[in-house]
Amino acid sequence: MTDAPSRPNQPVYLDNQATTRCDPRVVQAMLPYFSEDYGNPHSAEHVMGQRAEAAVEKARAQVAAAIGAEVREVVFTSGATEANNIAIRGAARFAASMGDPRRRIIAVATEHKCVLESVADLAAEGFEPVFLPVRPDGLLDPDTLREALTTPTLLVSVMAVNNETGVIQDIAGLAAIAKAAGALFHSDLAQAVGKIAIDLTAWKVDLASISGHKLYGPKGVGALFVRRRPRVRLLPLFSGGGQERGLRSGTLPTPLIVGLGEACRLATGELTADAERIARLRCSLWDRLRRDIPGIRLNGSEAARIAGNLNVTFPRATASELMHAVPDLCVSTGSACSSAEVEPSYVLRALGLSGQQAARTLRIGIGRFTSAADIDYAAAALAAAHLACEAANPDNPTRDT
Amino acid sequence: MTALHYLDANASQPLRPAARDAILAAFEVAGNPSSVHRAGRGVRRILEDARDVIARGFGGQPQDLVFTAGGTEADATAIHAMSAGRRLIISAIEHDAVRSAAAGAAILPVGPDGVADMDALGVLLSAGNPSLVCLMLANNETGVIQPVEQAAAICRRYGAVLHVDAVQAAGRMPVRLDMIGAHSLAISSHKLGGPAGVGALLLAPDAPFAAPLVGGGGQERGRRGGTPAVALIAGFAAAVQAGEADDPHRLATMRDAAEQAAQACGAVVCGDPENRLPNTSCIALPGAAAGVQVIALDLEKIAVSAGAACSSGKVQTSHVLQAMGLGALAGEAIRVSLPWNVTEGDIDAFARAYRRVADRLRPTLV
Repeated sequence: MTDAPSRPNQPVYLDNQATTRCDPRVVQAMLPYFSEDYGNPHSAEHVMGQRAEAAVEKARAQVAAAIGAEVREVVFTSGATEANNIAIRGAARFAASMGDPRRRIIAVATEHKCVLESVADLAAEGFEPVFLPVRPDGLLDPDTLREALTTPTLLVSVMAVNNETGVIQDIAGLAAIAKAAGALFHSDLAQAVGKIAIDLTAWKVDLASISGHKLYGPKGVGALFVRRRPRVRLLPLFSGGGQERGLRSGTLPTPLIVGLGEACRLATGELTADAERIARLRCSLWDRLRRDIPGIRLNGSEAARIAGNLNVTFPRATASELMHAVPDLCVSTGSACSSAEVEPSYVLRALGLSGQQAARTLRIGIGRFTSAADIDYAAAALAAAHLACEAANPDNPTRDT
Repeated sequence: MTALHYLDANASQPLRPAARDAILAAFEVAGNPSSVHRAGRGVRRILEDARDVIARGFGGQPQDLVFTAGGTEADATAIHAMSAGRRLIISAIEHDAVRSAAAGAAILPVGPDGVADMDALGVLLSAGNPSLVCLMLANNETGVIQPVEQAAAICRRYGAVLHVDAVQAAGRMPVRLDMIGAHSLAISSHKLGGPAGVGALLLAPDAPFAAPLVGGGGQERGRRGGTPAVALIAGFAAAVQAGEADDPHRLATMRDAAEQAAQACGAVVCGDPENRLPNTSCIALPGAAAGVQVIALDLEKIAVSAGAACSSGKVQTSHVLQAMGLGALAGEAIRVSLPWNVTEGDIDAFARAYRRVADRLRPTLV
């Protein structure tokens, strides 16, 4: 049962929260725009520019459809990080430029680093950043938000799905609370699109960020949703050619945008089937890990969680020991951006894990291209590696220290 | 349908086949370059190899290269990161990416030949205030090459910082940050035959860098947040390498042929003719509005532009040509910019079409 399995021909990729493989259908959709259909979509006078522009607008409609938005509410960016920066800094700066006296900006302690940094940096511009704690299951308590909103607040930012734990926040409910208090509401949807159904119009969200490469699209493209009714106004991060209605200057990368559109179309069409299949794989992996590694523990709510994520703390071996022991298995210790860091995950600390527990935690991300064989390998390899680490280090901390 | 003759390279170059191959190969490799596992390392190798090629190709060090989403973001990042505590001075002919990031800047004038006035730079800097100067290497509308080495020497004499927008120059002429002596260089991939959506800011080892423009995640040594666009970056590097084989004399010869055909119809070439990018020509037809010329040429299947592509949706008189003191001609000039794969056939088609358009549009001369 816990014998190490034979090594696979290819590394087994279970890090789909870090990034996903670009779907071959997405690559196919982009191909023509990497060859004959060149042309700057802003050179509107000539035919090639017009073809590029039509492709960009079709993609804009596909993105809008995937998130329940109007076409004109979608602004293309270089990714979710840039979208988050524009949304948070842009909303705060616009309000301040209009003489709005409110200074409070609220985010959750488990947000992605680029959200935390964007909010924290605003302190230097006279704003008041507030970071809310989460419950041990990773969810934001609505009462915590209500209490924070008793001080007049400009903007609340809550991610729909956490990048480390996969925990799903109740965005519709939290947005309603923020709106009732008169605050703008931003949601980082980078990990949510294609994983859960999204309806921004019904959810009363004002601003939302999307990433291409987290949904089987290309890296280097994303989008920002900016509500039009009522209209949300922002200052751009930088200006120039005035593209994207002045919110985001720079020549649009037509092929990547076509890829993002196709990725959104596929994500919407295959959401249910993907989620069911992936949930079965996760269930199988979790059952086997629990059986073979007594004391292993799942972090974050099991119910309010995307199908593909397992974030697990091992009783004895550290994450880096396990990753070293199973080099063919691509999993991670937390967010990819900070993979090289030795600091324990701030997300796990916010859920109440100790530094030692966080160091014994792996993020496993199952995706569209994960096979049952991949899961078999991961289950067997992790169990064998854990047993070997345990034997090598009998003095390793026991569970729950 | 007759093929379009694409003579708008300064808006966007056709993708080079080597760049396309590199992009498609990179899409086959899954992984986030920041991840420590095997998949991450494979992608990181693509990213770092490309960083090496691009940094060294432009006279810098790989650790000083910051990938951005394009030239506009590279310019905005340079100004954001280096302007703290410094007065801004920009030339009158900068791209909108620099102009809009430098509100309230002092303006360095240009002469009728389109070249920035270096005596004026010395005068502006002699006041002694710490300054950030932005001077582009080659202008996007006229192709006129600016005296950036001289500007760098003047800036360094006065302790000022110099940012050079090399977006149009890179890939059309040798560009080396170390030889220029500036503090930073903005480069765009799609202007040199790579994909759109990626660019770079190359910093000199002594360049100041106060804070990133796009924060979070800690990528690019904390100077630009966000997962790097690995496939685009691979294509960018391949385009830089492929461009080294371009023959500037071939381009200049064809450009001159196109110009002579236009001049025979009464057109005027704007900017110093001896000191330009080999692929760019700014051609004014007295009495004919630029926008009308562009549409008329488009009907003849010739793609050119009036001024910069980003503003081509709007009808504006070129600030570059105005700064050169061209008066009414500033609204009557089109930009003809030859792509790396231009053919004799494109030039012949342009010459014939231009003749027909000029005959129709020009008011009868008495």
